[in-house]
Amino acid sequence: MDKVLFGAMPYVLIFTAIVGAIWRFRSNKYTWSSQSSQFLENKTLFFGSFPWHYGIITILLGHIFGIFFPSAILAWNGVPVRLYILELTALSFGFLALFGLLALIYRRLTNSRVKALTSSWDVLILIVLLIQVVTGVLNATMYRWGSNWYAGAAVPWIWSILKLNPNVDYVATLPLITKVHIFNAMIFIGFIPFSRLAHFVVLNPYKYLVRPYQVVRWYKRTPQTENIVQYK
Amino acid sequence: MDIRAQLSMSFHMDKCIGCHTCSVSCKNVWTSRRGAEYMWWNNVETKPGAGYPLTWEDQERYRGGWEVSGGSLRLKLLKGPGKIRTLANIFFQPNLPTVDDYYEPFTYDYQNLFNAPAGDDQPTARPKSLITGEFMEKIVLGPNWDDDMAGSPLYSANDPNLKGLSESQKEMLTKFHKLFFFYLPRICNHCLNPACVASCPSGAIYKRGEDGIVLIDQDTCRAWRFCVSACPYKKPYYNWANGKSEKCIFCYPRTETGQPNACAHACTGRIRFVGALLYDADRIEDVAKTPDDRLVEAMREIVLDPNDPRVVEEARKAGIDENWIRAAQQSPAYNLFKKWRIAMPNHPEFRTVPMNFYIPPLSPILHNAKAENGGTFDPESTEFFNEIDKMRIPVRFLANMLSAGNEQVVLESLKKQMAVRIYIRQKRVGDIGDSKAKSVLSSVGLTPQDAEDIYRLTSLGTFQERFVIPETHREHMTTVDPRTMYEKRGSVGFGPKKKEFLGRTW
Repeated sequence: MDKVLFGAMPYVLIFTAIVGAIWRFRSNKYTWSSQSSQFLENKTLFFGSFPWHYGIITILLGHIFGIFFPSAILAWNGVPVRLYILELTALSFGFLALFGLLALIYRRLTNSRVKALTSSWDVLILIVLLIQVVTGVLNATMYRWGSNWYAGAAVPWIWSILKLNPNVDYVATLPLITKVHIFNAMIFIGFIPFSRLAHFVVLNPYKYLVRPYQVVRWYKRTPQTENIVQYK
Repeated sequence: MDIRAQLSMSFHMDKCIGCHTCSVSCKNVWTSRRGAEYMWWNNVETKPGAGYPLTWEDQERYRGGWEVSGGSLRLKLLKGPGKIRTLANIFFQPNLPTVDDYYEPFTYDYQNLFNAPAGDDQPTARPKSLITGEFMEKIVLGPNWDDDMAGSPLYSANDPNLKGLSESQKEMLTKFHKLFFFYLPRICNHCLNPACVASCPSGAIYKRGEDGIVLIDQDTCRAWRFCVSACPYKKPYYNWANGKSEKCIFCYPRTETGQPNACAHACTGRIRFVGALLYDADRIEDVAKTPDDRLVEAMREIVLDPNDPRVVEEARKAGIDENWIRAAQQSPAYNLFKKWRIAMPNHPEFRTVPMNFYIPPLSPILHNAKAENGGTFDPESTEFFNEIDKMRIPVRFLANMLSAGNEQVVLESLKKQMAVRIYIRQKRVGDIGDSKAKSVLSSVGLTPQDAEDIYRLTSLGTFQERFVIPETHREHMTTVDPRTMYEKRGSVGFGPKKKEFLGRTW
């Protein structure tokens, strides 16, 4: 069972994500959008969107940092005070994300305008995200110290997947909640290209910081974009 | 010098009767779709009035447009840490107007009129929301809700252009017999320094190099909605159903083939003029930074004289086609804005360097100037001409709207229009005296030929004179949609494109 869930499924879902993204980008770029509903309702959204995004982005960056520098985390955690600081910070961002997510779910259920525009994909990803955040927070509170064994057990497993040599033993002995957290994360990755989650892999906004303000497209002189006004 | 061409529309506000034919033809052609019902790429507002969306001119609230800070131009939206602020606010925008600032799109339950069971009462068609599909208690806002000053104390009283008017001038809003109003037709200004382009994190919005039309690339737009916040004219609209922003496209499929825009073509008052301008793109930033009182003048300077042989030569070098140079030489936009100086931009103080121009209205001003209407002058007398700036109608109001507060710019236009009327009246009726009429003309810097030309264009102008639109040379284009018209049918409305996997690149 573990072999299927944590040995084979990661490949299936990563493959789905990559092929799905290419398919959607090529065949239906028009629908690639964050599908913002702030235009329809912006009061509850403030309490949902801000905490949710800032919370989850921080947590996600923490996880990614752990994949690349597991030894740095273990070294940092060597001193108990530093371990408490890391765990408490991570947990508070987790609660921030959970609060935001609950506000977003509440908004989707209660606001008639937003409700009218909710697709089944939206419902599905909200469920997936809720499972992910709840299991994440439970992991952090029930099985201490999460950051330690994330670096010690989950990261080696992720690397074994990435190196095409899956070693299920790393995760086989983890508690059920943790297993749900890991499997659900893979489901999340598989869903990305098919739902509004697609907006999160869009790299466009980062270009904004370096491009000049104005954009001019010529149909005649050169096929590339040429800019006119260069502000400092 | 970097010469570029720009298509520009001018509006003769004196002749606008507020019939909304332009808005309806635009709506029928482009925005009668789900998610776009509330979009009025062309709309007509009553001034004084709150406008659409409500109080769009109030940049304290919406933070649209640019400001000069420390000698450099900055988007008002990016107060503080600059571009980083855009990314920090990407999840929730504090300055975004919501559907309640426009109106909830609705239809009526017409079927009930036919299907209602027999009863004692007439069946009614109740309003139904196009977003939720539910019945609406009542309709609280619409696209031209304060049309003809309806609900003035609630709506027109909030017009930001009333700033700087005295209490007695503001009183005119509420006194029926002293009332004045006129119409402001609006489309996207296709600015030289567009704030929407500058604010788009995706880089989806761009200005077309050949004709200056500003468009949103529908495939690249990711619904970050910054264009809606940043545009001080609120002309990009967010499609709530598809999650893409859309805006006025200056009917480019029509102008590319030399036809006028749907709104301009349909205008029953013939108030619209469309033409090409040549301008110097190197000076855009300097113009946008000019202090308020010199802004309109600076905008007139950036527009180049298409009859100057040096300009023509530079334009040819810059790759501008002969038919575009010829069109620029006959351009009504150039004549109205720069040669005769009777048209001016809408809210130049937003510093986007807008490229649509408005001839300020004289008619309601004349009406109120009469002694019997409470004014102090008789517009029939030539004395009136010299006292035009003492009228109790607020020139200030027009200046707030059209010249960044510089009353001289507005007065120059009003006096010129009046001088042309006096000159033509002398020609037709002959009761003013030839020398008097000519001296009035020369006192405002117009020649009799100018007066004839202004009269010709603004009163009698034919289709060909009002619309001088050069065709685009699609045969020179490097990126042309290779599909035939038959294949493209039904695709102009931005609907989701269905494409085969590994199919064509278009």
